[in-house]
Amino acid sequence: MSNVAIVGTGHTKFGVRTDVNLQELAWEAVKQALEEANLEQKDIEMFVVGNAGGWSSEPLSAIAIGEYCNLAPKGTMRVEAACATGSAAIRIAYQAIKSGEAKVALVIGVEQMNQSPHPVAVEMMGRAGNYFWEFENFGLTFPGYYALYATRRMAKYGMKEEDLGSVAVKNHYYGSYNPYATFQKQIKMEDYSKSRVVAYPLKLYDACPITDGAAALILASEEVARKITDSPVWIVSQGFASGTINLSKREEFLTIDASRVATEEAYRRAKIDFNDAWRYFDVADVHDCFTIAEIMAYEDLGFAKRGEGHLMAGNGETYIGGKIPVNVDGGLKAKGHPIGATGVSMAVSITRQLLYRAHKGTQADIRNGMGITHNVGGTGHYAYITIYSTRKPSA
Amino acid sequence: MGTVEIKEKQFNEIDKRMLEQIDQLIKTSGMPIIREPKTNNPLWVDVRDLTQRYVIPIGKIYKFFEYLNQGKLIGTKCPKCGTIYFPPQDDCTSCRLSGLTTVELSGEGELLTYTIITVKPLSFMHYQDYIVGIARLKEGINVLAWVNENPKNIQVGMKVKLSVAKREPEGYITYELRRT
Repeated sequence: MSNVAIVGTGHTKFGVRTDVNLQELAWEAVKQALEEANLEQKDIEMFVVGNAGGWSSEPLSAIAIGEYCNLAPKGTMRVEAACATGSAAIRIAYQAIKSGEAKVALVIGVEQMNQSPHPVAVEMMGRAGNYFWEFENFGLTFPGYYALYATRRMAKYGMKEEDLGSVAVKNHYYGSYNPYATFQKQIKMEDYSKSRVVAYPLKLYDACPITDGAAALILASEEVARKITDSPVWIVSQGFASGTINLSKREEFLTIDASRVATEEAYRRAKIDFNDAWRYFDVADVHDCFTIAEIMAYEDLGFAKRGEGHLMAGNGETYIGGKIPVNVDGGLKAKGHPIGATGVSMAVSITRQLLYRAHKGTQADIRNGMGITHNVGGTGHYAYITIYSTRKPSA
Repeated sequence: MGTVEIKEKQFNEIDKRMLEQIDQLIKTSGMPIIREPKTNNPLWVDVRDLTQRYVIPIGKIYKFFEYLNQGKLIGTKCPKCGTIYFPPQDDCTSCRLSGLTTVELSGEGELLTYTIITVKPLSFMHYQDYIVGIARLKEGINVLAWVNENPKNIQVGMKVKLSVAKREPEGYITYELRRT
């Protein structure tokens, strides 16, 4: 089985991208990735498109993108795993190369949510729980699902509004240094506290924005990677898991079960000790579609003890120079969350971090040469944990 | 108000305004193209709309709706392993057994968590802000429903009762949680 290397990355400006259509947006990221890897389309053996879809007009997005980016007739598919769609797309390419089926594969994550009016987008995201038993009669929204986790944590662990706010303040701080981010403006706790409630206890500043954006990765086998680059970033392992469609079928509402199961799998494969996990990584990108999600991620990844995750950002532990820098690209919160692109964007961020190519003001110290991404789909319906290293995996 | 009036009201507020805008655009510029106010980017406004209303098979759990209509809430129970299912399902997929029996739910439970939805989905715009909660019933199962209570009186851990309720203004039968 071949080792799998990232040899090219591409990332567009995230935000309201009404200047381009879906395939033009994808091309911006694809072009950048091809140039970075110094490859041409003919070198790409297969391409995978992560696009949750529904928001934008082309239903067969992989084909629309394949034609536009001059990738046809190479084999393709559209992959969906809700907000973890991008990581699912990476998994397909990763497995293809690992197994020897392909030597070079392109992963494209893209979403253009602003093609739909906002109230329709809110409706579509709300429908992404269990449609019949949760949405049809009870009209949950996406912030609403995560708000149920936040309310429970407040009651159980005494989490305060400011604990949520401290995550928003941190992610906006780093977003202000990321030219690709939707929001490049810092916020104060006061701005957070004054922001409008969208689903109690979550406010507007607890939530990521509706976003357009694309990101791309080129993955290659060890043999090819050695020929074309001196600085490959290796995918060491990936764990993935699923959760219940009905939120009500979960037990405690204090942790995302799927994310813990996926973490265990990824750590086991990479020989990482859960209780000491933060010592292995120089930087992490975690799924902060809402501030409460980032807090649960700290615990699900073993960075904080159960019941203490909400104290990390406020204590400075997840800033650069702290225990473990998290979401120093601004996270979904400030960078934006174009559903299908998010997982790929996380991989691009971590790759560039490990190669000391992060934007000024967002570069973490790289000591171990290892990073991790934590990408959750839905409200814990899907989870993908991926571990990256500048050192070739031993096994 | 029935669904027809609700739809008409929504149509007048949202769809009709959009259609009028499209007509106006075509009249003035020959094509349905608008300029985004902030960026001046030209945007084509779709002239084809997509309305979707699903028809969802409920035959295997029809009993649930029959009971609901009589004011009763049931779960289903596997006679082999004893698991109670809510939402109800007719297959115990772990025992690979179908045709499960029904159990009437006590309705007594404790509120595990809740949220108040203030920014609503399009198809829920005609309701006041609503509270969605999850309660754990005595039987050990969780139920998600609206909590019919003043937000000021609501607390995680409070005792709640699950009961059958009418959803207005449509007037159809569903279920809700209330403080006891």
